Amino acid sequence: MIARARHVATLASVLLAGCGGAKVVTTTPPVPIAPPPTTAATVDLTKPPTLGAPPTLNLPQITTRELPNGLKIVVIEQHELPIADVLLEVRTGGEADPVGKMGTASLVSAMLTEGTTTRSALQIADQAAYLGVQLSASSGWEQSTVSLHTPTAQLDSALALFGDVALRPSFPTADLERVRKVRLTALQQVRDRGPAIADRAFASAVFGEQHPYGRPLSGTEGSVASISREDLQRFYTTYFRPNNATLLVVGDVRPNDVERRARELFGAWSRASVPAVTTSTASGAKGTTLVLVDKPGAAQSSFRLGGIGAPRSTSDYFALQVMNTVLGGAFTSRLNQNLRETHGYTYGAGSGFGLRRSAGPFIASAEIVTAKTDSALIEFIKELRAIRDTVPSDELAKAKRYLQLGLPANFETTEGIASEFLPLLTYGIPLDFYATAVQQYGAVTQADVQRVARQYVDPDKLTIVVVGDRKTIEPGLRALKPGEIIIRDVRDVLGAPPTP
Amino acid sequence: MSIMGLAVPLAAQQTASAPGVPKLRFEKTTLANGLEVILHEDHSTPIVVVNTWYHVGSGDEKPGRTGFAHLFEHVMFMGSQNVPVGQFDKWLEAVGADNNGSTTTDRTNYYEVLPSNALPLALWLDADRMGRLLPVMDQAKLDLQRDVVKNERRQRYDNTPYGRAGETIMAALFPAAHPYHWTTIGSMTDLSAASLDDVKDFFRTYYAPNNATLVIAGDFNRDSALTWVQRYFGSIPRGAKSPERPVVPAFAVARDTFLVLEDKVTLPRLYETWHSVKIFHPDDAALDVLADVLAGDKNSRLYKRLVFDMQVAQDVNAFQSSGRLDGYFQIIVTPKPGQLPSRMLALVTEEIGKIARDGVTPRELARSLNSRRASFLDNLASVLGKSNQLASYDYMAGTPDYVQQDLARYEKITAADVQRVAGEYLNKPKVVLTVVPEGRRQLMVTGGAK
Repeated sequence: MIARARHVATLASVLLAGCGGAKVVTTTPPVPIAPPPTTAATVDLTKPPTLGAPPTLNLPQITTRELPNGLKIVVIEQHELPIADVLLEVRTGGEADPVGKMGTASLVSAMLTEGTTTRSALQIADQAAYLGVQLSASSGWEQSTVSLHTPTAQLDSALALFGDVALRPSFPTADLERVRKVRLTALQQVRDRGPAIADRAFASAVFGEQHPYGRPLSGTEGSVASISREDLQRFYTTYFRPNNATLLVVGDVRPNDVERRARELFGAWSRASVPAVTTSTASGAKGTTLVLVDKPGAAQSSFRLGGIGAPRSTSDYFALQVMNTVLGGAFTSRLNQNLRETHGYTYGAGSGFGLRRSAGPFIASAEIVTAKTDSALIEFIKELRAIRDTVPSDELAKAKRYLQLGLPANFETTEGIASEFLPLLTYGIPLDFYATAVQQYGAVTQADVQRVARQYVDPDKLTIVVVGDRKTIEPGLRALKPGEIIIRDVRDVLGAPPTP
Repeated sequence: MSIMGLAVPLAAQQTASAPGVPKLRFEKTTLANGLEVILHEDHSTPIVVVNTWYHVGSGDEKPGRTGFAHLFEHVMFMGSQNVPVGQFDKWLEAVGADNNGSTTTDRTNYYEVLPSNALPLALWLDADRMGRLLPVMDQAKLDLQRDVVKNERRQRYDNTPYGRAGETIMAALFPAAHPYHWTTIGSMTDLSAASLDDVKDFFRTYYAPNNATLVIAGDFNRDSALTWVQRYFGSIPRGAKSPERPVVPAFAVARDTFLVLEDKVTLPRLYETWHSVKIFHPDDAALDVLADVLAGDKNSRLYKRLVFDMQVAQDVNAFQSSGRLDGYFQIIVTPKPGQLPSRMLALVTEEIGKIARDGVTPRELARSLNSRRASFLDNLASVLGKSNQLASYDYMAGTPDYVQQDLARYEKITAADVQRVAGEYLNKPKVVLTVVPEGRRQLMVTGGAK
């Protein structure tokens, strides 16, 4: 199946980071739906119909508890289907990777399902498939998450498996070596994909290898080779503590029942003091730099432009979301309209803020047909400059309504609800965040949008990464004099490939 | 009901888990102009989905115009008589809606996910493009979306590792006259050749109300919805002619075919493909289960042997792909650095042989069935998912009311069924493609490897 995609895939996760809401505010007074006319003669098909008032979102019921060992429990009830999502959110991730051992957190997560003191890797997988449940673990920058999606008919057995994986991983040596080999091979394969090379080069260019955000979460071939079983155990023992974790359960469950089960599973988990992880705010670029990474024969040039954005805790959160929706966060955003719908240079263009504990990246991106690489750069810069002017009021209203009125759909499924609430846990944001989100979006003004655009989007201090066919695209890019141009090849970005 | 532990006898385990799949309630009606309308109410979230399936896909394309059904899908978003260029998306975003479309070999769909108050807007927009697309169609709209689609092809196929494997295999597996001989994205040459006359002709042939099914699912009032549907769609005339349906030629792959494709990749990859059966064929579900047994999870035959135990492969994949008209079964293996694709082929052949000779265990069957049963439940979680299911069953099975029958196909699969289809289908001549790093054609698997 092929679809008319709205955004480039690399931005999806960044864009998902900012949505919320409940009650709906409209910019025009609601008009009741007129009774249907009885004869076709009275129907005017040339005008869009007048709509009634948009619905109010009733947020799901949230119950919070805490066990004596400090484990927080958040239960969100959704009784539509007999299913549940269970997530153990540990508030430490790749940010805490030891120097030179990037990828430790993600390797810890990968190993959780590869053996416990009571089950082998194959037994874990057998039990999950037999129960018909999905069990996985992953790490982001500031969190590690063990996730279970299960029919509630299997909740007892599924939770037993979930608890085993979360609390009793044994990091078996043979399994670690197998998983390490898979990881190392996957890292080699990154060389095949221009967009992935561009992501890597951009993070490195914006933050530098000294900053956690400048390094890859899944590590490098060198760092992954150097991580020992003891490193994994140390990371796990230090950070996987009940007082550093929250159990989030969404679905066809009752709070008292969840608490009882949580006591049984996690009650004996012992607390410990967990070192705070701090990530410094990276310093921004002094001028524009274009890093051109040669990928001979590439049919498209992978563009990543931007710089340092904002932390999740920013008071500019809602203004940033509105500004980004205008710029590159929706199908009708300026970047997509310009680069795709006006010029046909790409299948999709967009932008997003990686809102993390510390200021993450702001990235505008697209995959551009090789022959239009220089033309696309002109249009990108034009839009990054124009967003600093006043956004017309109708365009602003559209973006705000898109964010406000689209909120109910985000709370439809158990997975959807979990993904809305998980970032609140990670970043310590009150759980009633969505209750006021609609009003907060409504309060964003033209001046707010202009202010955050000018603060976070600086077309004169951009980091630009273009991964593409150098011999075809370099002359055109140089002619535009975008700033300092640095030529790299793939091995500069990813290191030399091992000899086969 | 709870699941028993590992110690319980195998026979008991297989029936231990049975979370039922709720029935999907719906109402179906047909307008005088032939438009099928399916309604499914679900008031749990204040959103509603409008999902229109046109019964046309890349399988309906003519020689020299591959990719056209999908290119046409893009043109459908460029405005219609009462919707200026660009406003389709803007009006929908301004009411908080998302929308998209997709094209397969068999059908094309268009959907909107809306706050429930905005239902009439989506119906009006979709009716306007169903009834009045051509009066404002022009060369510029076609040319623009042609460029976008060519970039879609570059992004998803040409500039993606292994991205051209699918079209290479389909061209070799299905004969030239077969509707699945080419893939949905089409060729650059054919995309370039598409003309404005093609757009007009295609619209008149396939985009008539009597060639479409409209599904409304979610939070809406039935009577209001039917009134709006009648108001906006009721006056659209039937298509002048009934579209010609693609004819599937009877064929069999006569002998093993070995192909090689050079690509900008680090590792070679082996693709084995067999002609199989279409969706809801009596053997379709057993082939799905066979795919699970071969590569569905860590304990599956190929994953456990090649990736877990021997560690000679980076990944394995197996699936039965069944369309409305025909199907194929595919196994994909990426060897680890330094490993030969020919060895992968030999190992795969060995594992298929074991299943065909010795069958599968009750536990393997239970893992597959229980996982599939759970995913039936998940398919009901969103109204968009449900709307697609209703439209798909209606088109593929002849009735929207088919969830239980679909699941029942899997519930009754036996170990003997899986063993039989392994021997019957995967013993037939196949198409073997090796994608190799540029300049390393010597890695190609050839007939001698077997």
